[in-house]
Amino acid sequence: MKLEYIVGIVIILFAVQFFYGVAANPDSEFGGADGEAEGIIAQINPDYEPWFGGIGFEPPGGETESLLFALQAAFGAIIIGYIFGYYKGKGENN
Amino acid sequence: MHIFEGFLPSPWWQIWFVVSIPVILYGMYQLNKLVSQRREIIPLLAVAGAFIFVLSSLKLPSVTGSSSHPTGTGMAAILFGPAITSVLSVIVLLYQSLFLAHGGLTTLGANVASMGIIGPFVAYLFYRTASKAGMNFYLNVFLATAIANWATYVVTSLQLALAFPAAQGGALASFVAFGAVFATTQVPLAIMEGALTALIMKYVVQIKSDVLIDLRVLTSAAATKLKETMQ
Repeated sequence: MKLEYIVGIVIILFAVQFFYGVAANPDSEFGGADGEAEGIIAQINPDYEPWFGGIGFEPPGGETESLLFALQAAFGAIIIGYIFGYYKGKGENN
Repeated sequence: MHIFEGFLPSPWWQIWFVVSIPVILYGMYQLNKLVSQRREIIPLLAVAGAFIFVLSSLKLPSVTGSSSHPTGTGMAAILFGPAITSVLSVIVLLYQSLFLAHGGLTTLGANVASMGIIGPFVAYLFYRTASKAGMNFYLNVFLATAIANWATYVVTSLQLALAFPAAQGGALASFVAFGAVFATTQVPLAIMEGALTALIMKYVVQIKSDVLIDLRVLTSAAATKLKETMQ
């Protein structure tokens, strides 16, 4: 169980750094770092226009986007849980 | 956080495809060989792929006031090496660029190079070296994964810097600017990812240590010792 405790402490520390981040950046909406990089590109080269785009499906808004991200996580979590459960059950039968 | 669609001008998007495609092809060859020789590894391969799916969907807030996501590739890299990890990353990156407008098709080569190849290669190299030197297994997994996560975003910064050199100071000045965004945001996330990967690897040792010995991730003596300490 020791490792579980250590990981628990890391998760708590992660929450602490988040709340510190909220206090230190009161106006921040915690947008993506890729969006910030876009801002830097606009500073370096104000004329740059993305030369390609719009092939894939673009979620119409934040709600649909979070749905698709949640599906991605759920799909992965089901596979991990199923396989770990399968082997654990198999191990207990032997 | 991958490079957006259309945000790498010529010749850089082509260059990163030229870097990535041979590794992906070699990874597919390795994957075919491994799966046909050892069918018992398929479930573990699925877990490693699923772990990338879960972790790369979690956008986590960082102390810098912006968000980014872990890569989840450290586990696959330690188990199967960087070439096979690049194949798994292509699947996730394609899903995200086709359905989520996250990353992109023209930047796929660059994003695979950072998240699927160079980051995992760092993890693999660190793990194997430290393992030979006798480092504690969990500490090794933690450090290898955390450093790989961080390296992924240093590479992303470098890719953007090379494509967008600053008028004053050139690519180096751009690298510092992009690095300030990506590499600092990533530090808490890298630690988190390292801890989660160490934990999931503990459960892999618990249920499937024989496969780890087969894949030469652990020696049988090391696996026995780890299992003893769990009881």
